[in-house]
Amino acid sequence: METHKPKEPLFRIAKRDSIVWWKAWGIRAAAILAALVFSGLVAFLLTKENPLKIYATMLDGAFGTQRRIWGLLQNLAMLLCVSVAVTPAFKMRFWNIGAEGQVLVGGLASAACMILLGDQLPNAVLLLVIAAVSILAGALWAVIPAFFRAHWQTNETLFTLMMNYIAIQLVAFFVYKWSVPKGSGQVGVINRATHAGWLPAIGKYDYLLNILIVAVITAFMYIYLKYSKHGYEIAVVGESENTARYIGIPVKKVIIRTMLISGALCGIAGMLLVSGTDHTISRDTAAGRGFTAIMVSWLAKFNPVFMVLTSFLIVFLQKGATEISTAFALNESFSEIITGIIIFFIIGCEFFIQYTVRFREKEAAK
Amino acid sequence: MSKAVSQEEQVPAIRLQHITKRFGSVVANDDVSLSVAHGQILSVLGENGSGKTTLMNMIAGIYFPDHGQIFVDGKEVLIRSPKDAFRYGIGMIHQHFKLVDVFSATENIVLGLDEAERFSLKRSAGRVREITAQYGFELDPDKKIYEMSVSEKQTVEIIKVLYRGADILILDEPTAVLTPQETQKLFAVLRRMRDSGKAIIIITHKLNEVLSLSDRVAVLCKGKYIGTVNTAETSESELTEMMVGKKVDLNIERSEPKDSVDRLTVEGISCKNREGTELLHDISFTARSGEILGIAGIAGSGQRELLEAIAGLQHVDGKILYLNPKTGQTDNLRDKTPMQIRELGVRLSFVPEDRLGMGLVGNMDIVDNIMLRSYKKGKSVFLERKKPRSLAEKIIKELEVVTPSANTPVRRLSGGNVQKVLVGREIAASPTVLMAAYPVRGLDINASFTIYNLLNQQKENGVAVIFVGEDLDVLLALCDRIMVISSGRISGTVDARTATKEEIGLLMTKNAAAPEPEGGAADGNA
Repeated sequence: METHKPKEPLFRIAKRDSIVWWKAWGIRAAAILAALVFSGLVAFLLTKENPLKIYATMLDGAFGTQRRIWGLLQNLAMLLCVSVAVTPAFKMRFWNIGAEGQVLVGGLASAACMILLGDQLPNAVLLLVIAAVSILAGALWAVIPAFFRAHWQTNETLFTLMMNYIAIQLVAFFVYKWSVPKGSGQVGVINRATHAGWLPAIGKYDYLLNILIVAVITAFMYIYLKYSKHGYEIAVVGESENTARYIGIPVKKVIIRTMLISGALCGIAGMLLVSGTDHTISRDTAAGRGFTAIMVSWLAKFNPVFMVLTSFLIVFLQKGATEISTAFALNESFSEIITGIIIFFIIGCEFFIQYTVRFREKEAAK
Repeated sequence: MSKAVSQEEQVPAIRLQHITKRFGSVVANDDVSLSVAHGQILSVLGENGSGKTTLMNMIAGIYFPDHGQIFVDGKEVLIRSPKDAFRYGIGMIHQHFKLVDVFSATENIVLGLDEAERFSLKRSAGRVREITAQYGFELDPDKKIYEMSVSEKQTVEIIKVLYRGADILILDEPTAVLTPQETQKLFAVLRRMRDSGKAIIIITHKLNEVLSLSDRVAVLCKGKYIGTVNTAETSESELTEMMVGKKVDLNIERSEPKDSVDRLTVEGISCKNREGTELLHDISFTARSGEILGIAGIAGSGQRELLEAIAGLQHVDGKILYLNPKTGQTDNLRDKTPMQIRELGVRLSFVPEDRLGMGLVGNMDIVDNIMLRSYKKGKSVFLERKKPRSLAEKIIKELEVVTPSANTPVRRLSGGNVQKVLVGREIAASPTVLMAAYPVRGLDINASFTIYNLLNQQKENGVAVIFVGEDLDVLLALCDRIMVISSGRISGTVDARTATKEEIGLLMTKNAAAPEPEGGAADGNA
């Protein structure tokens, strides 16, 4: 008998129960298209250049030369490696914001081995030592917050974040200590003459080994999460700790074990960066990948195979946008604006995949 | 007390007329009418799910009634939000406190108030002191919430409502969290508030409290309004009868237990929560094979803790002895993890109350949920999904689970189908002990009967079934014995074939908590 019903709003937002895969990908494709149009518009308004020319420059920046393609693949591999590394943690809903630090200490460990043991061990042994020490360092950096979280419910987000700063300061200290020439604040290329502790090139391809290692890690993680008992336990703990307890999964053990793996893989990423790519160390060795990786992992819904796509997208954008800045004599910020616009659209479209907008039905329709 | 009754003729402070509220197809309140006068305490009595809280939420502006009217001081009002409720002088004290832990009592009390004058914490604290003195509360206005006991927090909630000028107070099961001594103090305060002219409604299911505190009692049963009686003219047995309603015959088949042996013996288990309140006190019982043991009680009387203790999820004192039918050995399961219990060869299945939060993983598909119990089997590091898949398909077929496929996430299934998946999995483990907490809650008749039949089959297979239920008709029709717990203690065990609903109702509401010997005589030592 209540007649004073308020008028239905013009549209409302409802959660989708499910969505067919082609619709979801259609929305994503539309979002990328919209992002390109919009960023082209922004670019045109700011530079008065032809947007198509801007896109061409972007493609050129990423794929223009063989060297650029290799650079793209190498960068893709590194971002993918860190993304795959943080994935088990996030799948367990353990907010590991500390990948940056874990990568850095892994790199620091590599650099230390290269500098201190460079002349003393045969190269093959040295490489094994580097791998072992980097893995240990990354794992240690990850397991400390995991241990406290598992036993005393400390907040892992803050804890892992703080561990980053410790790692950065440690690196700063050693960069100062090892700087060549003394006091320059730069380590320079380590073992430039002997190449001791450098990951070897396969044939004439410098980065091929890095890429292969990352491919193996990605495949491993895909199988580990999807088909192994450990992966199943990670999923259960992530979805509901209560269910895990009920079924008898040792939650503390799973948290610590998973973070050990996550940190170890970050350590490997650090090694690939220092011993496999840069052959030096600085505070910027990780270059924010520890944070970008979180986005890559979530965008791919924790599926390592999709992560190849999402990290490609991000690296492509970074490369292309940098090229635009140089080609049109704009500063760094311009490339960041373009990257920002495109990522905004891509992440924003997930909203339309999760939710649907329903408009008010016409009275006559009822 | 007599003063209050003699005021019967004045305009009631609040009057509900023909209030009806539906949630989907469920009728939570069906044509309820009641009233409270100023200077009067009304108890609203009813079992779990009888619609008490829904009714009160409509007065407090949290829900809006589908039909019916509400009058405050004789004038019809529309209460659309808690803000409206405050404007009409209605204040509700919820069961779960909504306080900011790091703030002081006064800060919490004035939080969100929009006062015209300049804000002064000192002046507010002064007013809080006035209120505490007026009604005889014990509270330090500067104490932080996290330093407070449960009873002090409740005091803050009550003063918060009074500070905002409430004349009509609603308390939702205020004594559920209090010790007997604290309850006495609260009652003293409530009586003083009544004498100063406040209208008070208290929701409860403890009969002795109803009789000692209130002037009138309104009884609800399964959403229906049964009637209002003057406390002075009623008795415990009359109230119980009104509360439990007439016996309904459910036609659930029940066989005689065969070759029963003691399977699980619980000896004197007790446990406390973090605040130190006793959740279980010296519980001892035996579950026998080939028998369904019912556990009845008001929700939150310790049923959950009891089952979780047996399942290895809750630390307790005492003994939980399991007689292994294969080896003939007796093992103590106390403080073992669920994994250790399984490793001992104990085939214990547990259908928990929280189906999607504990028994299943909502975002995983049926196969992966079926796998929860068995994924660890075998030495391989990889999962074996073949057997779980065929088991999932078997459960879907035999229990008629309505689902698009075995790969559908269980959260997308309806409540009844979710429960079928859970019960199906637990039974597939061929248990020797099966515990089920409220397994038919929220299920329709057909799904409920599927579950009853499954439990009966298990009983005939010689499983010791422990069934925690809330519907007394079901308990009486399905179980062999019924153990009643009240405030964490066993208040009685009856034969389900001969017991009556009233008998169980009385045991459920009996205040089993004896006053603690240490502080027994203390009454007014502030």
